[in-house]
Amino acid sequence: MRVGVVTFPGSLDDVDARRAVRIGGNEAVALWHADADLKGVDAVVLPGGFSYGDYLRCGAISRFAPVMGEVVEAAGRGLPVLGICNGFQILCESHLLPGALIRNDHRKFVCRDQRLRVENNRTPWTSAYAEGQEITIALKNGEGGFVADKPTLERIEGEGQVVARYLEVNPNGSLNDIAGITNERGNVVGLMPHPEHAVEELTGTGTDGLGFFTSLAESVLA
Amino acid sequence: MARVVVSVMPKPEILDPQGKAVQGALPRLGFTGVTEVRQGKRFELELDGEVTDAVLAEVDKMAETLLSNPVIENYTVTVEEPVQ
Repeated sequence: MRVGVVTFPGSLDDVDARRAVRIGGNEAVALWHADADLKGVDAVVLPGGFSYGDYLRCGAISRFAPVMGEVVEAAGRGLPVLGICNGFQILCESHLLPGALIRNDHRKFVCRDQRLRVENNRTPWTSAYAEGQEITIALKNGEGGFVADKPTLERIEGEGQVVARYLEVNPNGSLNDIAGITNERGNVVGLMPHPEHAVEELTGTGTDGLGFFTSLAESVLA
Repeated sequence: MARVVVSVMPKPEILDPQGKAVQGALPRLGFTGVTEVRQGKRFELELDGEVTDAVLAEVDKMAETLLSNPVIENYTVTVEEPVQ
């Protein structure tokens, strides 16, 4: 499959994400934020970084980048979209995902190897995992606290839209230890930790993140 | 020329870590009696021409789409310098 990875001004994990896409067995296609063109890709990754406009709210201005108009429309038609960290923030600002991400409750930037439980393996990004599988991948954020009002939180819990939950430590004050969520349709996933940094034995904590990039192929074969 | 001010505040039920940090610093400086601090944003928009209802409606739209995130923030729009 051809997987587009968008580069915004300030993206810093776009190259890692493209590499992870290739290691996951798919073709990585570089997309530029200022081009309203998805180049016919089969899925899109919004990578981590510090996209322009973070001084207003993380992702608030990136959301209006020309490429995001295409992403929002395509997501509405069912295109798989994965937002990692800043990408997650952009997806919430775009209203493709419910809730919002606010400054960590302890107000410090956090960088750690984070233990997670995969709660939902019925998305095109998580089908390679078993439900309940525990994985460790890197987490690094300053504004990673997931919040939503009570009815929204109850709805996403009730509908099984929580994709991953923090284990052992809640690193940023996210409600219900939520590390990642999906939309109602299940094609859009936002995740605060970084699976693209856990796809090779040589670096990082292992290859627990690889599933996010091999799931696409599996969901097509399934 | 007129100035319209958009004030954006985190909703009461949303944690405000920045406000909490400020609140924590106040007693250390000898300022007591402050039971809560909430930190928000103030946008000053300088506008051409008169502030009509249509202009205010437009500002409202700006506030709702870009200046605030209605999921976690409330906003108010006030005209600071009424047209002479």
